[in-house]
Amino acid sequence: MRPIDVIEGQVSVLDRADVDTDQIIPKQFLKRVERTGFGEFLFYDWIRSGEIRLEPNPILVAGRNFGCGSSREHAPWALEDFGFEAIIAPSFADIFYANCTKIGLLPVILDEEHCRAVAEAGEARIDVDDETVNCAAGVFGFEIEPDVKHRLLGGLDDIGITLENADAIDAFEQSGAAERGPVTTAL
Amino acid sequence: MPQTMFDKLWEAHEVSDGLIYIDLHLVHEVTSPQAFDGLRLAGRPVRRPDKTLATADHNVPTDGTKAARLIADELSRVQVETLERNCEEFGIPVYSLGSERQGIVHVIGPELGVTQPGMTIVCGDSHTSTHGAFGALAFGIGTSEVEHVLATQCLVQKRPKTMRILYRGELAAGVTPKDLILATIGRLGTGGMVGHAVEYAGPAIEALSMPGRMTICNMTIEGGGRAGMIAPDETTFEWVRGRPAAPADFDVAIERWRLLPSDEGAGFDTELEIDASSISPMVTWGTNPGMVVEVTDAVPDPATMDSPADRESAERALAYMALDPGTPMTEVAPERVFIGSCTNSRIEDLREAAEMVDGRRVASSVRAMVVPGSQQVKVAAEAEGLDEVFRSAGFEWREAGCSMCLGMNPDTLSEGERCASTSNRNFEGRQGRGGRTHLVSPRMAAAAAIEGHFVDIRDWS
Repeated sequence: MRPIDVIEGQVSVLDRADVDTDQIIPKQFLKRVERTGFGEFLFYDWIRSGEIRLEPNPILVAGRNFGCGSSREHAPWALEDFGFEAIIAPSFADIFYANCTKIGLLPVILDEEHCRAVAEAGEARIDVDDETVNCAAGVFGFEIEPDVKHRLLGGLDDIGITLENADAIDAFEQSGAAERGPVTTAL
Repeated sequence: MPQTMFDKLWEAHEVSDGLIYIDLHLVHEVTSPQAFDGLRLAGRPVRRPDKTLATADHNVPTDGTKAARLIADELSRVQVETLERNCEEFGIPVYSLGSERQGIVHVIGPELGVTQPGMTIVCGDSHTSTHGAFGALAFGIGTSEVEHVLATQCLVQKRPKTMRILYRGELAAGVTPKDLILATIGRLGTGGMVGHAVEYAGPAIEALSMPGRMTICNMTIEGGGRAGMIAPDETTFEWVRGRPAAPADFDVAIERWRLLPSDEGAGFDTELEIDASSISPMVTWGTNPGMVVEVTDAVPDPATMDSPADRESAERALAYMALDPGTPMTEVAPERVFIGSCTNSRIEDLREAAEMVDGRRVASSVRAMVVPGSQQVKVAAEAEGLDEVFRSAGFEWREAGCSMCLGMNPDTLSEGERCASTSNRNFEGRQGRGGRTHLVSPRMAAAAAIEGHFVDIRDWS
């Protein structure tokens, strides 16, 4: 993952609530075993039918509960591959939000009024360290978990960080608490 | 201090602040290939193959294809073969096509008894919440997290808030767990549970069988919930007893499991109560599971909705679904019926549907299909003669898999086709591009197949 500190540029707008991951990347494109190349299938049906138009700007402003539905990480992969670096919405589905932070696609939660203001401004500058979105309408603060911020700013590998904690995992396993569950290899 | 079941589970699995140990990792073919690639790239092994279990479900044909290498769709074949190869390379047990234990990942876990109370369970699939029905903490994760769990057996997690929904009273005859959860999501909306681990409680929940409890926890994600859970009790213990992976020291395990339910007086961040006896058979009318009404109701009128966002969503949904406001739901006529999915494909679901169709014929306007949740469900159903009941009524009787719930295999809706489905999502295009999905219970789906339109099964004979 590459480090992220500032994301700046024009804003694309998708003014719809409850956009689900089946719309972001329909199931027929989940059969690939690679991580790349999903951008051309983003919002496949909506874009093909002319229902929406989206420019691959750095920032996307979307409606509430964005990314609801399936856990497919293909959805953030497609958004990132299409060109988006940050998504601003009033709220996100939990799994989608987590998936975005894992790949370095920045999810930003602003209230509806501020989302509208950024959409209308058409351009914005997001500062991860300051936790602010700066646009013609003003400067809006947002919140991000400290450990997620640390990882995004450093472009750090989540697994690498956890493995630094391997002693704690070993200790947990040796305490016996972990060994009560079923043994799948013995079935 | 009194603790919730969630608090107990969380604290028992916290390796360090925000790092949670995972007792069982379920893996399937769609969300895992890139995770295994990541491991190979970094030269990392799977930390605990003995806490990992894989099956092929999302992509598999249900027409009787016996082995992964025979799947006609090349991309699907590659994905299932990749799963088999990855599991072999990393030492993970896998039940692929042709195995008598193959099936939908959320059906086979409970069936094998690897799903047990008190466990943390994850899978690269949002319906992992199903396993919470056993008093486990179970939730869906993305592919990066799949890789993380494979490598570390742990997951970095933000502690969710807690919610308890207390269901007073009893479900009326003909009203099923599917109706209970659809009614709940209808009330809270698809984002109503976001950020929460949700405990379902109360007499109406305690009275349910394990399959019914699984249906409810399964659809927690459709309300946006991080995890759904139900306190383990005698019903839970009896389900696990005697299954292949049941603990050898079963009585000792039960004593441990008895400590799991939320303590008297434990505080939840959000609490609400629903009168279960007031719930009716439900049918969705729109393009998310929160767009749902009682079968006796009519298609709602967007003009009566307060919020502009809701109005606009409803208008778009009705245009997609080709429905007019005010149309009674009982006049809505599906051409397809799908009984299956991780929500409603267990033996009990099939028994209920079979009871409705026994001795009857599927309407000439309808093509109906039953897809058992697992090979073991299929075998059990055939031993009871359910396959014959369905076949002689005119249903297709298929092999196990996710099938038309998401249509990654050849089972899909055509453009404009309308389907009564026992699955969990009625999103645009979910079951096939341009397909129109109405979510219902197995009983409601079966009755719709016979009549050619939705009926109130409470007064249907």
